[in-house]
Amino acid sequence: MGIEGIGARVARKEDKRFITGLGRYVDDMVVPGMKHAVFVRSPHAHAAIKGIDATAAKAMPGVIDVLTGPELKADGIGNLICGWMIHSKDGSPMKMGAWSPLAVDRVRYVGEAVAIVVAETRNQARDAAEAVEVSYEEMPAVTDAARALDAGAPQLHPEAEGNLIYDWEIGEAAAVDEALAKAAHVTRLKLVNNRLVPNAMEPRAALGHYDMAEDHFTLWTTSQNPHVARLVMSAFYNVAPENKLRVIAPDVGGGFGSKIYIYPEEIVCLWASKRTGVPVKWTADRTESFMCDAHGRDHHTEVALGFDADNRMVALKVDTIANFGAYMSLFSSAVPTYLYATLLSGQYVIPKIHCNVRAVYTNTAPVDAYRGAGRPEATYVLERTVETAARELGISPAELRRRNFIREFPYQTPVIMNYDAGDYEASLDAAMRAADYDGFPARREEAKKRGKLRGIGMSCYIEACGIAPSQAVGSLGAGVGLWESAEVRVNAAGTIEVLTGSHSHGQGHETTFAQVVASRFGVPLDQVSIVHGDTDKVQMGMGTYGSRSGAVGASAIVKALDKVEAKAKKIAAHLLEADEGDIVIENGEAKVAGTDKSLPWAQVALAAYTAHNLPEGMEPGLKETSFYDPTNFTFPAGCYIAEVEVDPETGHTDIVQFVAADDFGNIINPLIVEGQVHGGLAQGIGQALLEGCHYDPASGQLVTASYMDYTMPRAGDLPSFKVSTTNTPCPGNPLGVKGCGEAGAIGSPPAIINAITDAIGTNALDMPATPQKVWAAMK
Amino acid sequence: MHQTTYHRASSISEAVKMLKEAEDGKFVAGGQTLIPTMKQRLAAPSDLIDLRHIGELKGIEVAGNTVKIGAGTTHAEVARDAALAKACPALCHLAAHIGDPHVRHMGTLGGSIANNDPAADYPAAVLALAATVHTNKREIAADDFFVDLFETALEDDEIVTAISFAVPEKAGYAKFPNPASRYALTGVFVAKHADGVRAAVTGAGENGVFRAEAIEKALVGAFEASALDGTTVPADGLMSDIHASAEYRANLIVVMAKRAVQAANGG
Ligand SMILES: Cc1cc2nc3c(=O)[nH]c(=O)nc-3n(C[C@H](O)[C@H](O)[C@H](O)COP(=O)(O)OP(=O)(O)OC[C@H]3O[C@@H](n4cnc5c(N)ncnc54)[C@H](O)[C@@H]3O)c2cc1C
Repeated sequence: MGIEGIGARVARKEDKRFITGLGRYVDDMVVPGMKHAVFVRSPHAHAAIKGIDATAAKAMPGVIDVLTGPELKADGIGNLICGWMIHSKDGSPMKMGAWSPLAVDRVRYVGEAVAIVVAETRNQARDAAEAVEVSYEEMPAVTDAARALDAGAPQLHPEAEGNLIYDWEIGEAAAVDEALAKAAHVTRLKLVNNRLVPNAMEPRAALGHYDMAEDHFTLWTTSQNPHVARLVMSAFYNVAPENKLRVIAPDVGGGFGSKIYIYPEEIVCLWASKRTGVPVKWTADRTESFMCDAHGRDHHTEVALGFDADNRMVALKVDTIANFGAYMSLFSSAVPTYLYATLLSGQYVIPKIHCNVRAVYTNTAPVDAYRGAGRPEATYVLERTVETAARELGISPAELRRRNFIREFPYQTPVIMNYDAGDYEASLDAAMRAADYDGFPARREEAKKRGKLRGIGMSCYIEACGIAPSQAVGSLGAGVGLWESAEVRVNAAGTIEVLTGSHSHGQGHETTFAQVVASRFGVPLDQVSIVHGDTDKVQMGMGTYGSRSGAVGASAIVKALDKVEAKAKKIAAHLLEADEGDIVIENGEAKVAGTDKSLPWAQVALAAYTAHNLPEGMEPGLKETSFYDPTNFTFPAGCYIAEVEVDPETGHTDIVQFVAADDFGNIINPLIVEGQVHGGLAQGIGQALLEGCHYDPASGQLVTASYMDYTMPRAGDLPSFKVSTTNTPCPGNPLGVKGCGEAGAIGSPPAIINAITDAIGTNALDMPATPQKVWAAMK
Repeated sequence: MHQTTYHRASSISEAVKMLKEAEDGKFVAGGQTLIPTMKQRLAAPSDLIDLRHIGELKGIEVAGNTVKIGAGTTHAEVARDAALAKACPALCHLAAHIGDPHVRHMGTLGGSIANNDPAADYPAAVLALAATVHTNKREIAADDFFVDLFETALEDDEIVTAISFAVPEKAGYAKFPNPASRYALTGVFVAKHADGVRAAVTGAGENGVFRAEAIEKALVGAFEASALDGTTVPADGLMSDIHASAEYRANLIVVMAKRAVQAANGG
C-alpha cells in the first residue's frame, strides 16, 4: 500500500485550508456590483395570499427591487419537481402538488418564500423585507402525517386528494398475512422515526450572476451535485439552457443530503439577477436553515415479524406513513420506497416481506434524504423488532440474529436487492468481543450499586450504497442515471489532475481520490490534484450522496486510469523499444520487466505532449475520460453495540460504551473512514437521544427553530467510540469498496434505544429518548 | 440587527447620563443575552451603553462573613475566585456551569440577574443566599428583586452595581440542564443559614425563580438529602414545554434539591 497509496492513513489534504479559515465558501464569493437578498417568508403554516404590497419596501434606503411570485410566473420560471416517479399500488402516478419557487396564492409551511428583496446591504434588505406587506388569510394546518390522512383534515394540494401522494407497496400482502397467521410467534411494534433537521455547519447560500454581455448565468451554490442542479434548472425551471448556465459549488461545509436538492432560493437568485441587472447573493441565517432546509425521516410505522417454532423468521409486514412536508422535494419519493423498503430484509433470511407506504402532505418543511435516507428508517424498524422478539422469545439477541443470518452470497432478498457479499457473523463476533459482551451482567450489577440502570443493545444493520445502476433505477422511476464520470489529465511534466463528477463537502475526496491515482503510478500524492464542483471545468457528473463516491466516483477514476495507463505503456514501450506487455508502471517509473531499462513517469508524460516520437498513428496527449455505471448497489453492513446507564431519578442516559464493527469492503484511507463513522455515529446518537424537530400541532409553528430548543449532539454527549472493521471486498467494483459515509447514522439509533429499553425494562420508548421521555417511560 | 450607536461608559454616573440622552437606549454588559436578541430583531435599542469598562462594577470581596461581588464580574471570574471558593464554593460551581467558555468570559452577574431569564442560574443563588442587590439608587432584598419572567424591581435607568450576602453555613447548587440550551431545565440552590434554610428553584416556575417551601421545611430539621425522601412538590405553577412537563419538573425539583444538599454537605 505504500505510505500514501490505497490503504494508507493519510491526513486530509484539504484540512489545512479548512482549519486555518482559508476555505472558500459561497458566502466568501464576491462579484463586482454584487447586491444582497433577503427573502420574505410566510409566518403561517397554511394561508391564502390575498395581496402583496411592496410599495413602502421599494422606497426604503438601498433597495433595488422587491420581486414576487406572480412576476416569476410571468417570466416563465417553472415549478420545482420531484425527479423520481412512484406509482401507487392501483397503478396511478404519484400526486405532485405545484411548488412555485415564490408562493403565488397560497403558503403551505412556515418559512415558505413569498418575495425576494434585493438591496445594497443585507441589513437594508432585511429592513425592507420587514416592510413588505403580505395579507394572509389563515387556514387550518396539519403537521402530523397520520392526522393529515384523517377525513376532514386540512387539504394542502388540489392535485393530492386526502393529502395522499401515493399508496405504494412492495411484496405479496396476502402471502405475508398467511405466513404471519401460521407463525409460532409474532412480534408487533408501533414505531415513530423522528423528524430531523440536517444542520450542516455551513448554511445554504446562493450567488446568482447574469452576465448581460454574454447572455450567460453563473450560480455559486452550496450543492452536493452542481451538474444535477444545472440540468434540473435548465430542463425544468426554465432558468437558462445548460450551455448558458455555469454552476459552481466551491467548498461546501457539510450537506448530509440537504444540499442535494435544488431549492427555491437558488432559482430565484438567478432569475432576480437578470431582472435587476445585478449579481444577487443570499446566505441563509440559521433560523432559515431550520425552517427551509429539507428535513429528514418522519415516519410512523407498524411492524409485525413472524417466527416459526425454531425461531426462524417467516414473514415481515411493515406499514409506514411518511411525512413529505408541504411539497415534494427532488428525491423525496424514492426515500421511503426504494431506499427504505428494499432494505427491510436486513441481514436476515426472511422468506416473505410486504411493505406498504403512504406518502403524505403536511404543513411542514419538505422532507427528503438525510444521511442514510431510508436505510436508517428500515434499520430502526427491523432492529428494534428483532431485539424485542428476542426478549419475547426468551433467547439472546445475538443468538436470534445468528440463527437468521444470511450466510450464502449472492443472496436475493424478496424486496429487489441482491446482496453480493458479506459476513454478518464476523462483524457480530468482532463487536461482541470489543464490547466484552459476556462481562455485561457484572457491569450491570456494579452499576446497580451506584444507583444506575445499565443496559446493552445491539443493531445489525445493512445498507445499500454506491447508488446506482442507471438502468435499474430508471426502471424504478428515477429521472436520471446514477453513473459517475472522471477525467484523468496527465500534464506534460507528469503531474496529474483528476476531474470528477463527485463533489466533496466533508468526505475528503482531495485525499482519497488522490491516493487512488498516486498508487496507480507511484507518483507522490502532492502531484495529484482533484478538481470538482464546477460545471465549466468538469464533464457531466452526478454528485455525491448515498455513499456513492468511493464505489461509483472512484471507480470511474480507476476506469480512466486504466485507459491512461494503457496509453502510457504504449508510449513507454515505443521509447524503450520493448514490448508493450513487458512494461510495468510503478514507483514513478515505466520499466521493462526483468531488465534495468526504465523511463521516469515525467518523461513518458512529456513524450506524449512533445509528440516528437510517438508510436505510429497515436494522437498526442495523455488524458482520458470514463463514465462508469455500476452493476449493482454495494452492501456495507455491520454490528453496533451500545451500553448505557440511565439515571432512574432523572431519566438521563449516559452512553458508557459504543462499539462499531463495520464491513466497508476494501478501505482507501482508514483515517477518513473512522472520521466518517464517528460523524455518522454522532448523528445517529443525536437522533436516538437528542434531536427532534417539533412543530406545534395546532398552529404549525416550528418550535425547534434554533439551538435553544433543537438539541445538536455535542462532544460531551458522546462516548469515545470503539470502531473497527471486518471487511469482505465488494466484488462489484474495481476497488472492492462499499461506502462508509452513512453507516454510523444508519446502524446506531436502534442500538441505543435497545440499550435503554434493556436498562429500564420497558419497550415503550420513542426517539429522541430525552430524559423526560425515559423518565415517563419508567413511571 | 438594526442600526444602533455604541457608547462606552467609564463610570456609573456617565452611564446613567448617556442613557438619559439616548432616544431608546439600553445598557449592555456581556451582551450574551442582549446581542442575540438584537440580532433576531426582537430588541432594537437606538443606543447601547456599555458597562464593561466601569471599574466600580468589578471585583469580588470576601471580608469576614460578607461577600460582595461587583455586577460587572464575569461568570468565569466568579468560577475561579479563590476567596469565594472558600466562602461559598456552590456559587463558583454554579458560575462554572453557565453556558460555554465564551459565554462565561463575556457574561456578567449583573446582566444575568437584571435579565432574570426564568431558566438562568444566578437568580436561584441570589434568592437562596438572601442576597442584597445593590444599585446606583438603593439596596433591594433578593425576595423583592425578582418580579416575574424577565422582570425585576429595577427601573429603566437603574444599574445593578453589586450583590452582597452573608456567608452561609453550607450551600449547594444542582442543575439539570436543558438538553438543547444548557440553561437550567430545573436548578435548585439550597443554603443553610444561621436562621434557617432557603431553597430556590430556577428553570421550573411559570413566574420565574421561586422558593420551594416543601423543600425548605423538610430540611429545617436535618440538612441531609435523606430528609427529602418522600417530599413532593406540586406541579401547579410549573412550566410545561417540549423539554419537560410540569410533572417532570416537579420531580426534578426534589431530585436536584437532594443533590444540592449532598453537594453542600461535601459530596
Ligand atoms: C450560548 C449561551 C448559553 C447560555 N447559557 C446560560 C446558562 O446555562 N445559564 C445562565 O444562567 N445563563 C446562560 N446564558 C446567559 C448568560 O449568562 C448571559 O451572560 C446573561 O444572562 C446576561 O449577562 P450579560 O452580561 O451578557 O448581559 P447583557 O446581555 O449585556 O444584558 C442583558 C440585560 O441586562 C441589562 N443589564 C446588563 N447589565 C446590567 C446592570 N449592571 N444593571 C442593570 N441592567 C443590566 C441589559 O440592559 C440587558 O437588558 C447563556 C447565554 C448564551 C449566549
